Amino acid sequence: MSDRSTPPRPNLAMRRATRALKTLGFWALVVFVVLFSVFPFYYAILTSLESGSALFEVNYLPTSLDVSNYVSVLTKGPFPLNFLNSVLVAVAVVAISLFLAVTAAFALSRVRFRGRGLLLLTILSVSMFPQIAVLAGLFEMVRAFDLYNSLGSLILSYMIFTLPFTVWVLTTFMRDMPAELEEAAIVDGATPFQIVWKVFLPLLWPAMVTTGLLAFIQAWNEFLFALTFVASNETRTVPVAIAMLSGSSGQEVPWGEIMAASVVVTAPLVVMVLVFQRKIVAGLTAGGVKG
Amino acid sequence: MARLTLEKLGKRYGRVQALSDIDLAIETGEFVVFVGPSGCGKSTLLRCIAGLEEISEGELAFDGERVNELTPAERGVAMVFQSYALYPHMTVYENMAFGLRLAKAGKGAVEERVREAARMLQLEPLLDRLPRQLSGGQRQRVAIGRAIVRDPRVFLFDEPLSNLDAALRVQTRIEIAGLHERMAETTMIYVTHDQVEAMTLADRIVVLRDGRVEQVGAPMELYHHPANTFVARFIGSPSMNLLAAEPTDAGVQVKGFAPTPLTAPPGARGLSLGVRPENLRLAEDGETPFYEGDASLVEKLGESQLVYFDMGAEAEPLVARLPGALPAKKGDRMRLATDPEALRLFDDAGQAVRAG
Repeated sequence: MSDRSTPPRPNLAMRRATRALKTLGFWALVVFVVLFSVFPFYYAILTSLESGSALFEVNYLPTSLDVSNYVSVLTKGPFPLNFLNSVLVAVAVVAISLFLAVTAAFALSRVRFRGRGLLLLTILSVSMFPQIAVLAGLFEMVRAFDLYNSLGSLILSYMIFTLPFTVWVLTTFMRDMPAELEEAAIVDGATPFQIVWKVFLPLLWPAMVTTGLLAFIQAWNEFLFALTFVASNETRTVPVAIAMLSGSSGQEVPWGEIMAASVVVTAPLVVMVLVFQRKIVAGLTAGGVKG
Repeated sequence: MARLTLEKLGKRYGRVQALSDIDLAIETGEFVVFVGPSGCGKSTLLRCIAGLEEISEGELAFDGERVNELTPAERGVAMVFQSYALYPHMTVYENMAFGLRLAKAGKGAVEERVREAARMLQLEPLLDRLPRQLSGGQRQRVAIGRAIVRDPRVFLFDEPLSNLDAALRVQTRIEIAGLHERMAETTMIYVTHDQVEAMTLADRIVVLRDGRVEQVGAPMELYHHPANTFVARFIGSPSMNLLAAEPTDAGVQVKGFAPTPLTAPPGARGLSLGVRPENLRLAEDGETPFYEGDASLVEKLGESQLVYFDMGAEAEPLVARLPGALPAKKGDRMRLATDPEALRLFDDAGQAVRAG
């Protein structure tokens, strides 16, 4: 920190020192952020590779490469089934919400009708309610549709938080599409569905990937609904299943297996984000400039 | 390949009347240009014909058959947009084939039509490119190609040149004129605010103002015999001089000018005398000048020059287009003459007073 009352003279050596200091500060911050966000996951990996009493010794570097936790999680019990359930639910949620959101976004951005703004606000306000507040009502709905203890109950209830933002993001994107593009397609003889499918959709990919991935993550991580609407081990999704993992006796918490399971469920998300990261950045910025 | 008839056609947006009482017949193969200042309704009229806007009143017919309720594709129109509106994710080939594929044309037919259009527009080497890899002029040609392949009954252009730079604009204008020659059977309607485009391209020009037709006619007819002062000013550049005139015993006379041989209808007041800048020339020795005054401004254009004469604080200056070789400069005393046949007379409502 330089004294503000006396402005520094243009001194080359001092400037170089300041620049070096700034670079150092920048990288120190980067290291801190990376440590802060990656360390918990790193520690989970570390723990998952240990067993027995080694679990309870604090160490920051890998000491053993014991995959027995992974073997037991993936072979014993219903965990593989739970994993499949999670994949099924998340994929279905993403597919259905993207389909509904794209069609809704077309109407909300391209068709003039009375109460359009009000409808948009209503959709947004749905995401205002905390999950716990709507839990009881949703439970009644799930029972009424006869979906209790089935994956359908989760797919239905997850729409509550995925649809508002997918609809909003895609509406914003579609509003920015030039009107002449749509009109050119109309003159070419395209129906509204063909306009969405063949003209807008290919241009919406970055937005679709971004919102789809966020919806996937939400559905993948959701805990409360999964705990409430599903009761049997075979229909559980991963977050609840991990919480329910138990050792040979009631007193023992199988930390190694829990950590192995956690690593297994995190891996797909990490891979997906890495694969789509360029599209995600494009998607996050493209809509933000206008509208 | 269609004859268009517009009968009492009107368009309302809520309370705003954008178009009213448009009566127009466009013959098969004709090239008609809608021209007018911005906000005159020319684009709205084009979009009504295209089927992109609903027609509020009146009837639009293609070959005598009412088409008000038909979609653009059912009407058989093709349109070239101002911003080209190419599909950004499709190649040039796919852009041109899109309409045909939607119409379920066979693969061979699509290929043949697209290749033919590409050959016509010199787009063959570009067929695999994406629109963003093309220059503005090339994009415009693709947009035209996309319209051609559908073999439309009516070909619509919505200010297609306004996004191009000046040199390319002239070139593309010539290309469009050539296109009209090759597709002699296809009716074409072209919207522009540029009267040069209108004059050079049109078989007939429709001048619009405030949602109404001011005059319809061949370019030279509009130039020589404007129906009113609006058309007189809009067609021709620089626009026609309009001078407040009064009937006198010697003929219609502008204050400060020599009397003209024109006669006004009895009781006429608030007349305007119109004379184009290019119809003013230097008076010969011994000739009685039509006007004598000091040049207030001289603009040299090369082959000609525009000389301005101050007409007082209220009125617009008189403009004369004189030969470029003339050594004229600001402040020069000049004697101008004109031929009586070049003079036009308008009444107080701005309507032309026809001689005889």
